[in-house]
Amino acid sequence: MTLNATTSHTVGPYYHIGLTWLNREDLTVAQTLGERVAITGQVVDGNGDFVNDAMLEVWQANAAGKYDHPEDDQDKPLDPNFEGFGRVPVDAEGRFRFTTIKPGTVEGLKGTTQAPHLVVLVFARGLVKHLLTRIYFDGEPANVADPLLECVPAERRGTLLAKQDAAGVYQWNVILQGTDAETVFFDY
Amino acid sequence: MTDKPGYRRPQAGTQPEYLHPPYQSTNLRSPSKPLVFLPHSLSEITGPTIGADRIEEQDNDLTAQHSGEPLGERIIIHGRVLDENGLPVPGILVEIWQANAAGRYAHARDLHDAPLDPNFTGTGRTVTDADGWYQFQTIKPGAYPWGNHHNAWRPAHIHFSLFGPSILTRLVTQMYFPGDPLLAYDPIYNCVPDTSAKERLIASFDLEKTIPSYALGYRWDIVLRGREATPMEK
Repeated sequence: MTLNATTSHTVGPYYHIGLTWLNREDLTVAQTLGERVAITGQVVDGNGDFVNDAMLEVWQANAAGKYDHPEDDQDKPLDPNFEGFGRVPVDAEGRFRFTTIKPGTVEGLKGTTQAPHLVVLVFARGLVKHLLTRIYFDGEPANVADPLLECVPAERRGTLLAKQDAAGVYQWNVILQGTDAETVFFDY
Repeated sequence: MTDKPGYRRPQAGTQPEYLHPPYQSTNLRSPSKPLVFLPHSLSEITGPTIGADRIEEQDNDLTAQHSGEPLGERIIIHGRVLDENGLPVPGILVEIWQANAAGRYAHARDLHDAPLDPNFTGTGRTVTDADGWYQFQTIKPGAYPWGNHHNAWRPAHIHFSLFGPSILTRLVTQMYFPGDPLLAYDPIYNCVPDTSAKERLIASFDLEKTIPSYALGYRWDIVLRGREATPMEK
């Protein structure tokens, strides 16, 4: 039997009613292994205006590069104190901030190695289907051999890199639409 | 190591394009540059497992969350979550939210001039059982006006959010009611060209699920993406 997936529709402006119970702006607990990173930024639209009714969901591997999921059969340890999922709200000015650990490298397709990254889903009024993008870490040596970054036009790769500011906080924005800096989104 | 199968890509016309001008909010929020094709690696065929341990027993009864009963037509919505291969999807989180019977959301940003109901929040969640079934008890939401165009009204709908076995099966959508005359005019309902895909968003009346003298039953099945049989070469 072959069916077609149900059509996606927007979360609309009132999704908070149903979804905020699962918000998590700190993916770690005290015992979680790995280097803590804070990631912050803003969601903006094609006019450069902030989007105050967006929501992000983050999925990532643990510090050893292992996903807490049965499909991951890499020979790496799970961290019982790290699930790797966060639902991150934006504030009245479209800003988000969350704390997690920097994931390890993860096996890629065809024997490649993926640089440390987070999968990010973006939901908002006006997004009939959620967007999918990734956060990589600026300056990470493994980025040069990452098989997905290689598929992204060189001039656009920077939109996927979170960059540390003077305080050590990683800055990464979601530009939904724009002539120059539009974030790279993936056809998933 | 052999790569594992990815997920099937959508059938043409069954999933919306990001830019859908009749729905005005898409105009400044849709990407203008081409999407980059994403092969399905370990990062995509995995995903969060949010199961029954985070759910309370009464979370799927939206009529029992306050001291009194909400106003409106009491309904039972149930259905099965399957994947594109026709297999049930057990143990996954289903979240819903909706307006009250008057068409007003219990949300600070909803300024529609219709009454709030102190006995209705409009939030529910559950986890599918071993055969993929879910069930909610709630009230039928009202239609409500919105500012998309002159005299725009959203048909009565319930928002659904589902996870599934991977980050690629994540689905947020809306369920509608049969016979609603507003569907024909709604740019969100009509955001895909495929008629059967649209019609699959409409629940069907279910007399067997209807509880005599108490609540009307509706059936709505949901399909999540399914795995490819073999790894995708691209």
